[in-house]
Amino acid sequence: MSSAPLPRRVAILGGSRIPFARSNTAYAELSNQDMLTAALQALVDKFNLHGERLGEVAAGAVLKHSRDIALTRESVLSTTLSHDTPAYDVQQACGTGLEAAILVANKIALGQIDVGIAGGVDTASDAPVAVNEGFRRALMRANRGKSTGQKLAALSKVRPGMLLKPELPRNAEARTGLSMGEHCELMAKRWEISRESQDELAVASHHNLAAAYDSGFLNDLVVPYKGLTRDNNLRPDSTLEKVAKLKPAYDRAGGTLTAANSTPLTDGASVVLLASEEWARAHDLPVLAYLRTGETAAVDFVDGDEGLLMAPVHAVPRMLEKLGLTLQDFDFYEIHEAFAAQVLCTLKAWEDPVYSRERLKLDVPLGSIDRTKLNIHGGSLAAGHPFAATGGRILATLAKMIDRNGGGRGLISICAAGGQGVVAVVEK
Amino acid sequence: MASQDQYLSFSSSGFGKWLTGTLGLPQPIPLVRYRPGKPELRGPVVVGAAPGSKIEDFLASALRAMGAVTLYHPDSADWRLAAGRHEVMTGRFVPEDSGRTGALLFDATAIADTEGLKALYAFFHDTIRSLATNGRIVVIGTAPEDADSIEAAAIQRGLEGFTRSLGKEVRRAVAVQLVWLKPGGEASLDSTLRFFLSGRSAYVSGQTVRVGVPVTGVVDRPDPARSQAGRTVLITGASRGIGLSIAETFARDGAQVVLLDIPPAASELAKHAERLGGAALALDITSPDAQDAIAADAAGRGGYDVVVHNAGITRDKTIAKMSASQWDSVLDVNFAAPLHITEKLLVAKAIRPNGRVVFVSSLSGIAGNLGQSNYALSKAALIGAVGKLAPLAATEGVTVNAVAPGFIETQMTAAIPFAIREAGRRMNSMSQGGLPVDVAETIAWFAHPGSGGINGAVVRVCGQSLLGA
Ligand SMILES: NC(=O)c1ccc[n+]([C@@H]2O[C@H](COP(=O)([O-])OP(=O)(O)OC[C@H]3O[C@@H](n4cnc5c(N)ncnc54)[C@H](O)[C@@H]3O)[C@@H](O)[C@H]2O)c1
Repeated sequence: MSSAPLPRRVAILGGSRIPFARSNTAYAELSNQDMLTAALQALVDKFNLHGERLGEVAAGAVLKHSRDIALTRESVLSTTLSHDTPAYDVQQACGTGLEAAILVANKIALGQIDVGIAGGVDTASDAPVAVNEGFRRALMRANRGKSTGQKLAALSKVRPGMLLKPELPRNAEARTGLSMGEHCELMAKRWEISRESQDELAVASHHNLAAAYDSGFLNDLVVPYKGLTRDNNLRPDSTLEKVAKLKPAYDRAGGTLTAANSTPLTDGASVVLLASEEWARAHDLPVLAYLRTGETAAVDFVDGDEGLLMAPVHAVPRMLEKLGLTLQDFDFYEIHEAFAAQVLCTLKAWEDPVYSRERLKLDVPLGSIDRTKLNIHGGSLAAGHPFAATGGRILATLAKMIDRNGGGRGLISICAAGGQGVVAVVEK
Repeated sequence: MASQDQYLSFSSSGFGKWLTGTLGLPQPIPLVRYRPGKPELRGPVVVGAAPGSKIEDFLASALRAMGAVTLYHPDSADWRLAAGRHEVMTGRFVPEDSGRTGALLFDATAIADTEGLKALYAFFHDTIRSLATNGRIVVIGTAPEDADSIEAAAIQRGLEGFTRSLGKEVRRAVAVQLVWLKPGGEASLDSTLRFFLSGRSAYVSGQTVRVGVPVTGVVDRPDPARSQAGRTVLITGASRGIGLSIAETFARDGAQVVLLDIPPAASELAKHAERLGGAALALDITSPDAQDAIAADAAGRGGYDVVVHNAGITRDKTIAKMSASQWDSVLDVNFAAPLHITEKLLVAKAIRPNGRVVFVSSLSGIAGNLGQSNYALSKAALIGAVGKLAPLAATEGVTVNAVAPGFIETQMTAAIPFAIREAGRRMNSMSQGGLPVDVAETIAWFAHPGSGGINGAVVRVCGQSLLGA
């Protein structure tokens, strides 16, 4: 008989994140390494984990330099955690943070480790800029050259233009060439999501996040960094009138997505502490909530006609079925606001009988949710969205909400590039 | 009133700043004062503590109530855990990296020997450059008389020299204070921290105040914007100047105000009372029936919660040239009347529990002043009255304190000849005069329902004047 223990409940003990900053502002000069280390150290400080050897740290970044081969491990080595703590990088576009948490949680559930940290970081201010492809090939050829003559011959192929045309990372799908905003604009059109409903969601996001800061709810989740004490994308005084004035950002003529109802490029990092109940008890740390399960789905947005950001719509019913839950069995819904339209498409798809039958293979649609339970402490539209850091932000915030509520259940839904989506259930 | 100081406006203008800088003239920085609805803090509060402190939970709780964001000096890692217990936002302070900070708060209560002072040095050495203009510094120590050893008592007394020196070297409109904690005062630091860390104390610097067991026990925190709600406050000399500002400040904080001034000022008084939703009492405090009239007014209101003795006059002459009536009137108005009214009200139990008596003394009463032998005597006598009255009043649940204003921009000081006036304005760490509201805010702090642990104090509102220091 195998001695592997039965799956254990995975406790979420808390999180730490640095305030998120719009790209090229407060963190313009910082690297992923700097920010991940700051968030990690803050978590170590908060839970007094100095010198502790943890089971593992899993984190990642979407925009990553080639020098960051061991981003997470290097960050661990820069903190006061025991340097005997193993670490690895995860990368699943905007799903990175939540996927990392699911990975760590699964190991805890299986008894492979007792405690771990999951997280993510991203910077669009310090994005990896690749050298021009022709220049790169010439350099590689020169490197392979045996004689000086061969090396010089290879380098003679370098043209000044190559130096002036670096390749910037693009927020675009490799297979369609469309930016994510353009994809989401297509979704908004298909699902007939009005500009007003998107703007309303965006304004609510700002007001909710501002209230969360004002009440002190985020005090133990956010750590001051580089002069910031709040996310600098937050506009507490945002109004429908103000955001209604903005021009469409992706489709000038007939579009509804704007700079206000889409997330801006953002820099930031977040981490979450997960553990077995025994570990939590032994360390005298209260359990905020449990990470019950996670589910990842992908959709064919290239050849099929599914929207790029619709994967969570598929992931949630699969997960609910396994758990025997309905969409209405939740006290909180945390749907990542990559774009207001993405959230609204998701909700509409779950309500739509035809789509549910044909695409989700459901006889009865999941139905609607109580919108007063949606992103009640703000979402990515207000906080900003440093791709891999969003999962950790949401997970820690939701766990605290459930704890504050004296228990309850929350749903997390995060869409990601490549037609993927990561979702999870948190409860206590 | 600020516009009276044209040098301040000039020297903070672009050209004026250049010119005054080039000529080595004082460059006063406009003071940022408390405004309802505006953030009370200028930025994060950097917190540090000497090892062994037992008050960090009280500090964390007070800072949480203020909505403060904190940073902690790396040597004070215990703060991280205290902040966590009270849900105060906090992070490590990293020199040159944490951005501008709004205040520096150091807990020196546990320092008992020179070894312990190293933490004080390290904290300020590392953090002081981060402090923003108009920032605040507060050091909390243990009252020397309560220290456990001679060395500890001496060192705690030494903190006064330290904080006063900081006030003189940081300048940039930064105010620096020392709080001496007495046993049982920990739970009542709220109102004092809120005052010293905010723009309410813009013109108060270099002061030391003891906080002890509150006269009526620890009270619940009131709504900070309406801290005087439900309280009735008598202010003498309230038709103009500092007295009027005191009335406005108490009304702002939710108090029911009773404005008292001499009968010739009755119409002005009535106008202001109406504007502030309060009552007017036209009365000369030196008249024979004054004590009874005030006691009757108090009785009609179910007692006063706060009595502010602000009415005052000057009759300046050198002693040889001073007439007997100049001597007598100043002593009557400034000293005898306020003292006897207070005694009368206390005996009649017309000041309610958790009540306050505040005397408006003067820097002249501390430093003395040419031509003011009568005035300085009267104002110093008020300080003497505070000392004797405070323990007696405490048995009634009432505190007695005094403010000693330095140079405040009012009609009284506008009448001073230019050269003397200029010297009075600049000879302090803020290089400017204060405003009536600075005195008013200090009185409101004494009068705060949570300030019952401050009794028998004399606090100067003088921008850390060089006089009498
Ligand atoms: N202005 C300063 O720089 C300064 C400095 C130190 C102390 N002070 C003190 O502050 C207090 C207020 O000063 P101010 O500058 O506002 O002066 P002010 O002359 O403008 O106001 C004093 C008020 O007291 C009233 N008053 C005088 N005698 C009275 C009496 N017998 N009965 C009732 N009311 C009477 C006056 O009518 C006047 O309204 C005074 O006690 C003064 O000594 C002022």
